[in-house]
Amino acid sequence: MISGFVFRALEGRIVAAVGILLAIGILVPALNLLTPPDSALHIPTYVMSLFGKYLCYALLALALDLVWGYCGILSLGHGAFFALGGYAMGMYLMRQIGSRGVYGNPILPDFMVFLNWKELPWFWYGFDWFVFAMVMVLVVPGLLAFVFGWFAFRSRVNGVYLSIITQAMTYALLLAFFRNDMGFGGNNGLTDFKDILGFSVQADGTRAVLFFMSALMLSLCLILASAIVRSKFGKVLVGVRDAESRVRFLGFRVENIKLFTFVVSAMMAGIAGALFVPQVGIINPGEFAPANSIEVVVWTAVGGRGTLIGPIIGAILVNGGKSFFTGAFPEIWLFALGGLFIAVTLFLPKGIVGTIQHGFKARKALKAAAEAEKGRGGTETVAQAQAAE
Amino acid sequence: MNTISETRQKSLLYLENVSVSFDGFKALNSLSFVVEPGELRAIIGPNGAGKTTMMDIITGKTRPDTGTVLFEDTIDLTRQDEADIAQLGIGRKFQKPTVFESHTVWDNLELALNRSRGVFATLFYTLSPEDKARIEEILETIRMIHRKDEYAANLSHGQKQWLEIGMLLAQEPKLLLVDEPVAGMTDAETAETAVLLKEIAKTRSVVVVEHDMGFIRELGVKVTCLAEGSVLAEGSIDFVSNDPKVIENYLGR
Repeated sequence: MISGFVFRALEGRIVAAVGILLAIGILVPALNLLTPPDSALHIPTYVMSLFGKYLCYALLALALDLVWGYCGILSLGHGAFFALGGYAMGMYLMRQIGSRGVYGNPILPDFMVFLNWKELPWFWYGFDWFVFAMVMVLVVPGLLAFVFGWFAFRSRVNGVYLSIITQAMTYALLLAFFRNDMGFGGNNGLTDFKDILGFSVQADGTRAVLFFMSALMLSLCLILASAIVRSKFGKVLVGVRDAESRVRFLGFRVENIKLFTFVVSAMMAGIAGALFVPQVGIINPGEFAPANSIEVVVWTAVGGRGTLIGPIIGAILVNGGKSFFTGAFPEIWLFALGGLFIAVTLFLPKGIVGTIQHGFKARKALKAAAEAEKGRGGTETVAQAQAAE
Repeated sequence: MNTISETRQKSLLYLENVSVSFDGFKALNSLSFVVEPGELRAIIGPNGAGKTTMMDIITGKTRPDTGTVLFEDTIDLTRQDEADIAQLGIGRKFQKPTVFESHTVWDNLELALNRSRGVFATLFYTLSPEDKARIEEILETIRMIHRKDEYAANLSHGQKQWLEIGMLLAQEPKLLLVDEPVAGMTDAETAETAVLLKEIAKTRSVVVVEHDMGFIRELGVKVTCLAEGSVLAEGSIDFVSNDPKVIENYLGR
């Protein structure tokens, strides 16, 4: 039963993507660690961390694709789940600083000493323990998604209204996390990290492992997402996207289907955030900014929603473009991003991967039609060629 | 009173004095309506007579303001939602054919199949030989075996209607509500649909809402005429179509 679930996931394109991701995950750190800095093949640590960041964004886009591309829930608040996962990791990293902080307090992080707090708030308990923090990386975003989804999906909030309240959710969290008395470092967030599991977060070796972990988690989540969308459940998901009332009248509990998907997706976003924070070295309330969540939608749309691989490509391309443009022509980056989104919506409504798939499908159908016309073959009809896709 | 309780005893679907209004407009006005097990019933009536609203109430999409809606004499349908009611065994075909366009004909039927519909049951579902046989049987019934791998989006209007009927069959309902099954169909398709519905009604109750009088005549069943939210006349097609009230309200217009 479980093996069938996993086997279904391993369709050609997914296997290829996972292979490429894992190869990158091994090759890039190897080129960073094993080549001398003056070698032509050497990848500097900052480049590796930059690409590691892209992989985290790719995982976030994949998470969004699961709910938006397959279930039709346009979440404009996925940045919130990403940031919460990031904060959970950040809290662990803060506790690892110990007495090496500016104020040298062995228990309290610097910002708490600065605020004159006498003891650690209860919700910081346990975060000095890595396993607990990693569980929280999943539980906190998952719980928020569960509570939010429970109310939203049960009261049948749909379409643009749902998008607006997800946006409101991330904005509310932005405002809350800005407050010093929330106990998460206020405006400055959490930073100045030293160690992760006893290894310096600055060290090349740690960076290499973090990069590999990003590639690995992205691969695992891609397999999980593929297993979900290829199961009967995944077909129901697409049904919810295309004809929700039909699914309901067939006897499915649409609210549970959406809730499950939303929670899984939020957890994936949380993992992405947790891997992001040690690689960039900071998490602050800015990650909750509504614009961040909207950018995720742009990556997903550019790559091709409902394709799983598209959002990964989209996230890497757009962020690569962003790094290039903000360095080369800082003043035109936002115009480029806006222009890109308009261009994709107008000319590639299916996104990059969606358009390529569509092209292949059309060519196959055309070929089959030509064969049928010639009167030979006859084994593959147009319908079969399309169904085979 | 005695007669009413007797009708209730053997009814499959029982509506009594059901009223509902939207912004002051009375869509249903103390409507009473009974379907017996194994019955094929046709419903006619002018636009706005409350035909679709009645289906909405039976399937849990709309809650009535007042009145009783019972299924199999014991289950109060006004307290259940769409998914519950579908699982109880009431299937519904919409006016506009509603199938999953980005799935194949086969997948459409597989999704509709009356199997456990929970999140984890569907995640780990694998097609069993019995389910495969059942889907093939339905494909035969709706005459679409040769198009099983076609995307539903590529089907003709009439084929989509049949696919949707097939999906309802896969659901194995005790009661089928069919809203305008032959709208937009060719004459040949209409005749075939009549045969199909009569075949289906051999094993379950079917309620058909239709405007096409020729089609209803072809079905040859008891007809209920609705107007302004309540029953105007009930009986054979000849009886109903000769009723002066029906002619004035519906046929004459």
